[in-house]
Amino acid sequence: MSNTVLRMEDLTMQFGGVVAVNNLSLEVNEGEIVALIGPNGAGKTTAFNCITGVYEPTNGQIFYRDEILVANYPQGKMKKLYAGENAGKYTKVVSRTPDQITRMGIARTFQNIRLFSSLTALENVLIAQHLHIRSNLFGATLLSQLSFVKSKARQEEEHMYQRARELLVEVGLEQYENEVSGSLPYGIQRRLEIARALATNPSLLLLDEPAAGMNPQETRALTDFIVEIKDRYKLSVFMIEHHMDLVMSISDRIYVLDFGKLIAHGTREEVQNNQRVIDAYLGVAEDA
Amino acid sequence: MKQKRYLLYSLVLAALLLAALIAIDNSSLKSSMLSTILQKGAIYALVAVSLNLLNGFTGLFSLGQAGFMLLGAYTYAILTIPVEARSSVYQYFNGGLVQFSLPVVVGLIAAGLVAAFFAFLIGLPVLRLKSDYLAIATLGFAEIIRALIQWNTLGPITNGSNILRKFPTYSSLLFPFAVSAVCIGLVVLMIRSSYGRAFKSIREDEIAAEAMGINLAKHKMMAFCTSSFFAGVGGAMLAMFQQSVQAKYFTSAMTYEILLIVVIGGIGSVTGSIISSFLFVACSEWWLRFLDAQHYIGGVKVPLLRSGFRMVVFSIVIMVIVLFYRRGIMGTNEFSWGAIEKFIKAPFGRKAREEERKKVTTPHE
Ligand SMILES: Nc1ncnc2c1ncn2[C@@H]1O[C@H](COP(=O)(O)OP(=O)(O)OP(=O)(O)O)[C@@H](O)[C@H]1O
Ligand SMILES: [Mg+2]
Repeated sequence: MSNTVLRMEDLTMQFGGVVAVNNLSLEVNEGEIVALIGPNGAGKTTAFNCITGVYEPTNGQIFYRDEILVANYPQGKMKKLYAGENAGKYTKVVSRTPDQITRMGIARTFQNIRLFSSLTALENVLIAQHLHIRSNLFGATLLSQLSFVKSKARQEEEHMYQRARELLVEVGLEQYENEVSGSLPYGIQRRLEIARALATNPSLLLLDEPAAGMNPQETRALTDFIVEIKDRYKLSVFMIEHHMDLVMSISDRIYVLDFGKLIAHGTREEVQNNQRVIDAYLGVAEDA
Repeated sequence: MKQKRYLLYSLVLAALLLAALIAIDNSSLKSSMLSTILQKGAIYALVAVSLNLLNGFTGLFSLGQAGFMLLGAYTYAILTIPVEARSSVYQYFNGGLVQFSLPVVVGLIAAGLVAAFFAFLIGLPVLRLKSDYLAIATLGFAEIIRALIQWNTLGPITNGSNILRKFPTYSSLLFPFAVSAVCIGLVVLMIRSSYGRAFKSIREDEIAAEAMGINLAKHKMMAFCTSSFFAGVGGAMLAMFQQSVQAKYFTSAMTYEILLIVVIGGIGSVTGSIISSFLFVACSEWWLRFLDAQHYIGGVKVPLLRSGFRMVVFSIVIMVIVLFYRRGIMGTNEFSWGAIEKFIKAPFGRKAREEERKKVTTPHE
């Protein structure tokens, strides 16, 4: 078994004539923090959406560990529209829904926070544990709320609460347990969204601009937080981020995307000194 | 400590209600308007809660509640009419095809199951699509099922467009309350379980729910079938209450009534739906009846009051609610003793209120 957690091969995502992701190949290895950077509209979120089953890619394959996660090739009217050079290279179709992919161990956060905003912080985390439930609808309905009957369903429910509270403590959000998540401060919401993703018990965590809208101090705290959860939960992390101090301080490797195409990849130093990256992105990003 | 006190309050309230119901049941009030309102209110409360499970908790919009009630009512009636009464009920169809009769409780459960089964059939194709399609599909279903049941070819089973009667009904006012209480209790338990939380997450944000590993189609199906099950039971009870069933009364107007009850009570509040059911039934059957009759004050005819005016007033009330009180009576809150205590203390204890504000406010389920 290789230690590659995620491998993307020639991934192309085309919306009609717009090629949002163009022949992207990349890898995330066990225990790594890998960053995906690039200017606005480069196709970063689209790449995430292909991994998590929100979009079906037009062409290419994605492996998760040694299994094909997603695969597609241009068919129907996409056959004519497809502009890439890899036509005919792939012939397999594997398609999974986002919930199946999460179940396999890939969890994500969203660029525009998507908490269950009228529910409490605790409920948000509880919901993310639901995918592992063993009791069926009847058992959970009849027994999980009755504390005076010792049943499997009740034990499971108690365990979910216990685990959710533990998790909130572990990420330092215990004081917000019963607060409505939509009314929490912005930075806290971002952190809660990460906690919620952790509750699904992932081995690969995808973070879409986790530091968006944060001030430098919050960003520093988040940087430590990402490293901390990575170690504690034995994760591999794949993140999209614009804050260069965050990216440069913790990424093992960096991929740079521009207009859907990979323009560079390598270690921090390699990317930082790459002229194409400086021209396309870093020069601009410093003041962004 | 607080929990225990609230439990005590609840028990006392339940006991008082029970005592009041028993008193009404054993007095001349039993055949009064009050008794009618209470029975119909209890039945509507169940149907409203079942719709709220869908609209308020899962974020799905169904317009088929009357159709599922119709299925429940017919299933119950068809399965429970005593064998010896069948020849007179099915007089145009040689006593009908069904020649057995089930006990009341079995009939009620069957009513729910048949409704849930049809929901399953509708849900299979529709729940995979965007949520809006469910409203259209269920509305269509309700219309089709009403026509289908009156179809003469099905007469040996459904009695065509003729009335179904002579099925067992209840004698005590407590019956609809007991059935509704048990069913609503089950819905509440479901809402508070992990599955209920999953339903709510779908209401909040489908994309995020799916990203958290929740199988949307499966959970929507669960909510839809459960909702329809209880609508079916509610329909069966409505049949018992009216002592007869005829398909033509289960129109989309009935669905709108129930939808209205849910909106008035607060989308996402079970206690809101219950309170609003009784209020709604009382208004439409009783308190606003006077609007339909002509009145004279000192020999002068009061203008506007005439048959049908009640519905005009009703519509205005609805418009006001939808425009200005979109959250209904309860919003998404539930009745809680904590809130009641706060409300009672409010004028007296400013200090208490300030303390309350300092504490992290705990939203009630
Ligand atoms: N569903 C869609 N339909 C059509 N075009 C889309 C869709 N989703 C994304 N795009 C297009 O794909 C391109 C890449 O968008 P994407 O959101 O992936 O960029 P991004 O790199 O995440 O940018 P940002 O840094 O602003 O988040 C954009 O031009 C966008 O308009
Ligand atoms: Mg993006």
